Amino acid sequence: MSSPSPQDLVEHALAASTADDCLVIVRDTTSANLRWANNTLTTNGQMSRRTATVVSFVAAGDGVAAASTSGSATTADEIAEIARAADAAARTAEPAEDANPLVRDRTSADWDEPPVPTDITVYDTVAPALGEAFGRAGGAGRLLYGFVDHAVTTTYLGSTTGLRLRHAQPSGHFACTAKSADLATSAWVAAATNDFSDIDPLAYDEELARRLGWAERRVDLPAGRYDTILPPTALADLMIDTYWYAGARDAWEGQSVYSQRPTGTRIGQRITAPGVHLSSDPGRDGIACAPFAVVGASDSESSVFDNGLPLTRTDWIRDGELSALVQTRHTATMTQQPATPYVDNLVLEIDTGTGTIDDLVAGTERGLLLTSLWYIRVVDPQSLLLTGLTRDGVYLVENGEITGAVNNFRWNESPIDLLGRFTHASETTRSFSREWGADYFPRTATPALRVPDFNMSSVSQAM
Amino acid sequence: MPGIDSTFLALPYRRLGDVALARAADLGASHADFRFERIRSQRILVRDGSLQGAADADSVGFAVRVVHGGAWGFASGVVLTDDEARRVAETAVSVARVAAAMTTTAVELAPEPVYDDVTWVSSYEVDPFGVPTADKTAVLADWTVRLCRGAAVDHATASLLAVQENKYYADLAGTRTTQQRVRLQPGFEAMGGTSAVFDSMASIAPPVGRGWEYVVGGTPGTAWDWDAELDEVPDLLADKLKAPSVEAGRYDLVIHPSNLWLTIHESIGHATELDRALGYEANYAGTSFATPDQVGRLRYGSPVMHVTGDRTIEHGLATIGYDDDGVATQEWDIVRDGVLVGFQLDRPMAALMPELNGGRSNGCAYADSPGHIPIQRMANVSLQPAADGPSTEELVGRVERGLYVVGDKSWSIDMQRFNFQFTGQRFFRIVDGELAGQVRDVAYQATTTEFWGSMEAVGGPDTWRLGGAFNCGKAQPGQVAAVSHGSPTALFRDVRILNTTEEGGQ
Repeated sequence: MSSPSPQDLVEHALAASTADDCLVIVRDTTSANLRWANNTLTTNGQMSRRTATVVSFVAAGDGVAAASTSGSATTADEIAEIARAADAAARTAEPAEDANPLVRDRTSADWDEPPVPTDITVYDTVAPALGEAFGRAGGAGRLLYGFVDHAVTTTYLGSTTGLRLRHAQPSGHFACTAKSADLATSAWVAAATNDFSDIDPLAYDEELARRLGWAERRVDLPAGRYDTILPPTALADLMIDTYWYAGARDAWEGQSVYSQRPTGTRIGQRITAPGVHLSSDPGRDGIACAPFAVVGASDSESSVFDNGLPLTRTDWIRDGELSALVQTRHTATMTQQPATPYVDNLVLEIDTGTGTIDDLVAGTERGLLLTSLWYIRVVDPQSLLLTGLTRDGVYLVENGEITGAVNNFRWNESPIDLLGRFTHASETTRSFSREWGADYFPRTATPALRVPDFNMSSVSQAM
Repeated sequence: MPGIDSTFLALPYRRLGDVALARAADLGASHADFRFERIRSQRILVRDGSLQGAADADSVGFAVRVVHGGAWGFASGVVLTDDEARRVAETAVSVARVAAAMTTTAVELAPEPVYDDVTWVSSYEVDPFGVPTADKTAVLADWTVRLCRGAAVDHATASLLAVQENKYYADLAGTRTTQQRVRLQPGFEAMGGTSAVFDSMASIAPPVGRGWEYVVGGTPGTAWDWDAELDEVPDLLADKLKAPSVEAGRYDLVIHPSNLWLTIHESIGHATELDRALGYEANYAGTSFATPDQVGRLRYGSPVMHVTGDRTIEHGLATIGYDDDGVATQEWDIVRDGVLVGFQLDRPMAALMPELNGGRSNGCAYADSPGHIPIQRMANVSLQPAADGPSTEELVGRVERGLYVVGDKSWSIDMQRFNFQFTGQRFFRIVDGELAGQVRDVAYQATTTEFWGSMEAVGGPDTWRLGGAFNCGKAQPGQVAAVSHGSPTALFRDVRILNTTEEGGQ
């Protein structure tokens, strides 16, 4: 007996549910990874999973109650059991405060297509090149540590209201750290990719060797404010936090940097320098994501009732002005704004952005060039003050040239402030957030930014 | 005490394990293990008296891990058939063949006795999944309504995370273990302010390896005192909103276990994971300033510092009978009299560095789900109290100018575990040995060995509490673990205090 297809599982669940309405999300994920340390492979794997979430809706009093149940689902019996559990939970739940009419009658043209798979053979050209890079690095006294991961998730969303939506989402990245044999210097490179056709491990090893070379001259600098060039990966980290804390309800109720206290938001106000644009766009080339909302369970920023809502380009910050916050239809009523649900990619563009990060370096008299940021956490949600570290290479720039490597720092900064204080920006390119890109937010496009007075709060001895 | 859930016992894990291990042996694996897991979880969110969302998840799957040709191979699957078990075993071997070409050091495992068909169940009274969701939601809704009665409270949220984890492990050597554990994370937060100032105050109840009795009571001593905390938090928030901003500088700190557990987690727990010292996490979580060549020599802290690792303490989140390498769990010293003496190990690392634990693993290998490979993962790492140590009040009494720190909030530490910065739920000024009201905008920042070196005294056993978290992240692909950390109240001298508003340039 062959296993049922994801589309069959959706139909089984919809047929098994006896709730007033029912919505099913089936996700099929396959992935493959290689991990290495000290110029040798350490762990690896090829994984597959198929999970289903059933959301049942039942009339309750004057409203509608909803409940979600998820599980591994590979057979008709398993998914029918999940649907029965969701129905039972919905029947005992209170009416949902975010109740809204369910989205109706939308079908993806590719609904009938099977899941898109990946497997370990995605590394057929990368793996031998990696082996060669380990040899070259070992011969030159470099140690390589890194990870490649490729995953494809195909999502099927079906409902009793006529939704039959499908989206296939590839995610992947290459990341590699190099250390000198004495472990005293460290460098890092990374790239996001959809299929690894654009990943050349030997070229990355050369770049790592170049960066370790920059560190042959070591300069110790104290804490303080520095003219600092932040690479696109750092802007990806910082913009993801800017986005994750942009929930409309939290803002409306006074909790965030986007609040107009005591009750209200700063939508319509200038919050950064002019010419700054932060947006999400499901159709953005290279970082395309699902063009419809997929929500397994409601929370402050998402609503199960919004499943299947079309997603389009959304400007969060337009020309320096806060133009939207992450809204469900429920919070949209609260704030009197259009519903603008969460979209799974993020783009920062600066009108004056031009050239590359190398051009920013060339134009800097004396400053710091960062490689990446790490361990970034919110210190104060009301100002979006973040703390974090610099990691794997802080380089001294003098008269447009890199002249040595500096110690690491702990920094404290608000990304909203940085977007008001920067002096120069590069063009926007696809980027990979070191902090969040691998597991939570792989699709970003950001520029490099030069900030004249970045707050390095203390020295970190980490190398 | 509950036994293994009958719905888990009914799953075909024994047969699938036999099939998979037999196939791996046929293909020439020198080691093979089969791990089958079912993880049930529930999340309930309530805001201002209304249910925001309730979600149940039940994940089932299995994994086969082999050593073949000196290299690891790992594969996982979710279809519970003999054919699939065989296919996953074959995939694990083929992955090992790919890996062998890039593996320059052959994998060896430290020896471990065989445990033939043993069972272990964690200590709890009431299965949280046996309690109707509506009842649990009603408790959380009541909490938020009670908090919102406070004059300073504009909004309140409450949440519950509950997990039941079942695991079956079998390997070619003959070990078979069947285990079950339950954990719970209830919590709430009250928020409020004016047009000028806004802040929040959260519960300091730790997540625990207990059942629903932790919320509603059971045998005396099993429940957190929710009523007392719900009464106190609105007033504490009101005081915090009126409190002055701290003057940055250096202060003596008396730190309550509800805050210190997280500093222990970041600056000792992660720093003494041997895989970090060996560079396995160099591209992601990071390495460590503490390396095995410094065992017996590195002064980690002051002589009153005694830190243990364990996977055995009752109600600990990392507590279990046997790890994912088939090793029986243990307790051991990590820092003794202020000196580094131990690390957290799995079987390959124990074989690599036999000097650390007599050649035996101390049971710190685990994965967060059936689809992920076991890695060296954190034990419950705890600071021990002094047998006749002082009370919290006595510790406060020793301070002329300082701060008393309660509850965790923001945390960050560098990739070698030197430089850290923490905030908290509330900071009270200490003036001439007495508490003198809250201050706001406080963060403490230090370097690990300097901070622990400044620890003048640890409190007695009465001050000791088990803190912890559900969301410790590590490894690539990312894995999430739950882990506990016990701590007494402790006194630190001359620690750097930042004003976070000044740090933000405001």
